[in-house]
Amino acid sequence: MARPTPTAARGKQVILPLVGEGIVVARGGRKLLDDIDVEIDGHGLTTILGPNGAGKTLLLRVLAGLLTADRGRVLWAGRRPDRTRFPHLGFVFQRPILLRRSARANVRYAVRAAGRSRAESRRRAARALAEAGLDHLSDAPARVLSGGEQRRLAIARALAVEPEVLFLDEPCANLDPASMAAVEGMIEQARTHGTRIVLVSHDIAQARRLSDEIAFLHRGRIVEHGTVHSFFTAPQSAAAEAFLAGRIPL
Amino acid sequence: MQDFSAAFGHALALLVALDPDLMEVVGLSLKVSLTAVLCAGAIGFPLGAGLAVARFPGRNALVTLVNALMGLPPVVVGLLVYLSLSNAGPLGPLALLYTPTAMVIAQAILVIPIIAALTRQTIEDLRIEYDEQLRVMGVGPLHKVATLLWDGRYSLLTALLAGFGRAIAEVGAVLIVGGNINHVTRVMTTTIALETSKGNLALALGLGFILLAIAIGVNAVAMGLRATAVRSAYA
Repeated sequence: MARPTPTAARGKQVILPLVGEGIVVARGGRKLLDDIDVEIDGHGLTTILGPNGAGKTLLLRVLAGLLTADRGRVLWAGRRPDRTRFPHLGFVFQRPILLRRSARANVRYAVRAAGRSRAESRRRAARALAEAGLDHLSDAPARVLSGGEQRRLAIARALAVEPEVLFLDEPCANLDPASMAAVEGMIEQARTHGTRIVLVSHDIAQARRLSDEIAFLHRGRIVEHGTVHSFFTAPQSAAAEAFLAGRIPL
Repeated sequence: MQDFSAAFGHALALLVALDPDLMEVVGLSLKVSLTAVLCAGAIGFPLGAGLAVARFPGRNALVTLVNALMGLPPVVVGLLVYLSLSNAGPLGPLALLYTPTAMVIAQAILVIPIIAALTRQTIEDLRIEYDEQLRVMGVGPLHKVATLLWDGRYSLLTALLAGFGRAIAEVGAVLIVGGNINHVTRVMTTTIALETSKGNLALALGLGFILLAIAIGVNAVAMGLRATAVRSAYA
């Protein structure tokens, strides 16, 4: 079944370009994000890569409008984030938050919340679950699914609204290789269909497999932001070099 | 004084024979309490959900007040409702005193804080869990409340049953505002009080058995619902 063209590809952009300017988030006198400038536009997949505690998830939440920075600002298509544009983005949390409903009802809820009709929500839920390989579990309560199935359901739900930008926070954390491959397959497919993806990961191999560009975060600062090729072949910072060599960056 | 075992036997006979007087009292009790609980639910659910979701100055004080009102003394509620509905009271022209409606009002007032407080706790827990997901879906405040109420429905049914337990077992308030008038406002609890004072232990015991059975039944239903929901991961 052919997936409709996402918003971005139709040229009606309400999130992109996604810009962060001078973003600072501090807690207890410590800067967790320190003067971050970042711009995400065009097509493809950007991975925010970095070691544990670098501030990756925090940055993702700030960019997605879930958290307000203490200083600096986030702009979606030149304007501050607002609730009316949330239906144009998808966000999958590291630990998926699934409603106490069936798998199908979870997807239909998201589509209805994005302002689509009941009939449309039925169609999109059927398609999204089929693409996620979960159609046989449509009526199962979402919370009894396995970890991998829950992750696929959360991604399917996010994609069912045909988001302009999809934010993924460690989508493959704690998954077995087969489940990881299934999730990565869904991500690849979404990118192929024109969804702009921002992914947080500390998995170097995954970043190399999936990314078009890398933003390397270290101690709350983006120390490198470039193409996947340049990052992996010629890292410019000592921190990135150490991270790629499997050492803890100082 | 009647022999206890004779009274026990007589009570069972009344139950088995579905004694009309007994059934009338039981019927009115159920009607009044179920109506009161439905009315209290209509007010208590949105109130509790609103308190769980909204943030405003004085919210903590209001939450504390609602929690405290769960222990409202029934006779005080009965007295206040009596004063409001009596001829000199603000609602006197409605002529509701000593009617089942007055008893419904009194019981509803007693049950509203129970349903509201339990709803607030349930919905607040669910809100913490759902909040970020609903935000990224762009869900507005009213839609959010409706979602939380629906997804918390099994726990909320427990709140409703707790309210019903309180209402059906209540005696002080309905005695004051209902007057315990035979064939009009006589319910199980007031009949038990009256018949005991008259020494007619058989009828009092019979009603006591039914009241106990209802209380046990309500708890069994509540536990069953909860267990079913947990088993199917809807709770």
